[in-house]
Amino acid sequence: MADSTQPLSPRAKFAVTAGKAAAAVSRAAGRGSGSVIGGKVALKLDPELLSRLAGHLDVVLVSATNGKTTTTRLIAEALRAGGPVVSNALGANMPAGITSALSGGAEARYGVIEVDEKYLTTVANDVHPKIVALLNLSRDQLDRAAETRMLAERWREGLQDSKAIVVANADDPLVVWAASSSANVVWVAAGQEWKDDAWSCPACGGVMHRPDDTNWACGECGFGRPAPTWVLSNGQVIDPHGSAWPIRLQLPGRANQANATTATAVAATFGVHPQVALQRMESVTAVAGRYDVVSYQGRDIRLLLAKNPAGWLETFSLIDPPPAPVLLSVNARSADGTDTSWLWDVDYTRLAGHPIAVIGDRRLDLAVRLEVAGVDFRVFDTLDQAIPQLPPGRIEAIANYTAFQDLRRVVGN
Amino acid sequence: MSTSGLRLVWVYPDLLSTYGDQGNVLVVERRAHQRGLRVERLDVRSDQPLPTSGDIYLIGGGEDRPQRLAAERLLRDGGLTRAVQNGAIVFSVCAGYQIIGHEFINDLGHRQQGLGLLDVVSERGPGQRCVGDVLADIDPQLGLPQLTGFENHQGITRIGPQARPFAQVRLGNGNGTGDGTEGAWMGTVFGTYMHGPVLARNPQIADLLLKLTLDVNALPPVDDRWYEALRAERIAAATAPA
Repeated sequence: MADSTQPLSPRAKFAVTAGKAAAAVSRAAGRGSGSVIGGKVALKLDPELLSRLAGHLDVVLVSATNGKTTTTRLIAEALRAGGPVVSNALGANMPAGITSALSGGAEARYGVIEVDEKYLTTVANDVHPKIVALLNLSRDQLDRAAETRMLAERWREGLQDSKAIVVANADDPLVVWAASSSANVVWVAAGQEWKDDAWSCPACGGVMHRPDDTNWACGECGFGRPAPTWVLSNGQVIDPHGSAWPIRLQLPGRANQANATTATAVAATFGVHPQVALQRMESVTAVAGRYDVVSYQGRDIRLLLAKNPAGWLETFSLIDPPPAPVLLSVNARSADGTDTSWLWDVDYTRLAGHPIAVIGDRRLDLAVRLEVAGVDFRVFDTLDQAIPQLPPGRIEAIANYTAFQDLRRVVGN
Repeated sequence: MSTSGLRLVWVYPDLLSTYGDQGNVLVVERRAHQRGLRVERLDVRSDQPLPTSGDIYLIGGGEDRPQRLAAERLLRDGGLTRAVQNGAIVFSVCAGYQIIGHEFINDLGHRQQGLGLLDVVSERGPGQRCVGDVLADIDPQLGLPQLTGFENHQGITRIGPQARPFAQVRLGNGNGTGDGTEGAWMGTVFGTYMHGPVLARNPQIADLLLKLTLDVNALPPVDDRWYEALRAERIAAATAPA
């Protein structure tokens, strides 16, 4: 429930207005949506603006390495069953972008906010969330981000004094380690295909044992998988009473079923019934361009974003089987991380049998990677050169962050 | 090399495989296969004994705590030291490079004993992490083309009298000692700060490891078109004015 409907102070109002003006200038100058610059201006004028803007909202924070934008969107759709929602739907997930998004939420009841992993604790201190949803943690942009386990440690410290209910993935040892400092955790068996960041116990450093596909426990200290109350099982959400609710998303893949399961658990804490929540999620077709099927040069192209090894792994499991043509694009600009070593953590032998075209700033890194994987591929300078050379069928285009934005721009998405 | 083929050991992927280190294993494996060699790849986790009869041991980079744990477990195991005494080849990267030296500074800020397989001593640099592309000239004794790689570390590694610098940097930091050295080598033991992964960007180093194993001076050529294209691009990018 919203605690207060106290109006914003004149200072806060001025900060919001100034931020919106800065955003408009930025948009007019062709520098994107302007939400980040707008938020920065507003926060400068009123450093406590974020906490003021969130004061009347029931806030859900969503953080993870992968899936946070989609899960934020799914939770927002589900909660709209209970009232208006304000959300940073475009993925501007640091304090300035969040401030900017919330400044449009005076009438909202819920704030559903995606937060960058590094800022979770800071933002949680400002917005006093009712729920913190934690999906997964894995290696991502190590040339500029903190070590993965250090992130888990920071989450753990930040959550121990929080009053929020933590809705956390029981299948990711790093997430379990982070969440278990909280007194109030709802465990969700959402799965985690990528396992290579959690062979070493986050608690004691012992070697993790995985006797089967589901269970894990440290061989030394016994730290292990908690019993989940929500479970993703064969395309269904199993609720705490044992009832099964089918997931009928338009979004593809196991990872999105996992995101929907977490979103259902979050919505249930606000009294939204699983069936209602899941039905509302069915309306989501694409999230910030991800999973969109576009028509370009007479071909259907499905746009898939994969930013790190865990993301690529989940993406390989959702693409159409061979001989579906695949287009891969990788950049290494600052927003991607400038080190391409991570390509070697991705198992590209999974693409055997697909016709593969390679583009992007770092197409030669990818070419060497695919050569060593022993799969056939062709390298092109541009999308326009690559497309006519791919055999018929819907093209599965997989790209990392800025490469994905480039693709969207070229195809007019 | 045993009659069963090349025994390629990947040391502790559970601890020392943070950023594409598997790439070095895959490149050696692939290039051995292309020369008609049979390869037995052994991925050895840190709760398993390290075989002493391997031909090539690859050790990757890791975060600070895993580095400490890996050093403790390798020292306790003793297998790597015996393998080197048997003439095995060791190629190590970043945290792995520090571990096979005499000592390094661990995540708790303490000096920690390494395996002493390479005459180097590492400490932690006071400033910013060294992050970015590197270009260097490899020790002429090794007869290899220029080294291209990506560094991401805060270490300073000093080379003792028994080891030689692996390379001299033209661009980048390398060992962080200010004298332009990068990595170190001593007999059949090599260490470098280069990620990339380094053997994908420098396949001739992978071939050197194979030549040392087979005790030959040359290997049948393989199609290096993509490697060469990547090398040319990375070297051009590193030398281009910012």
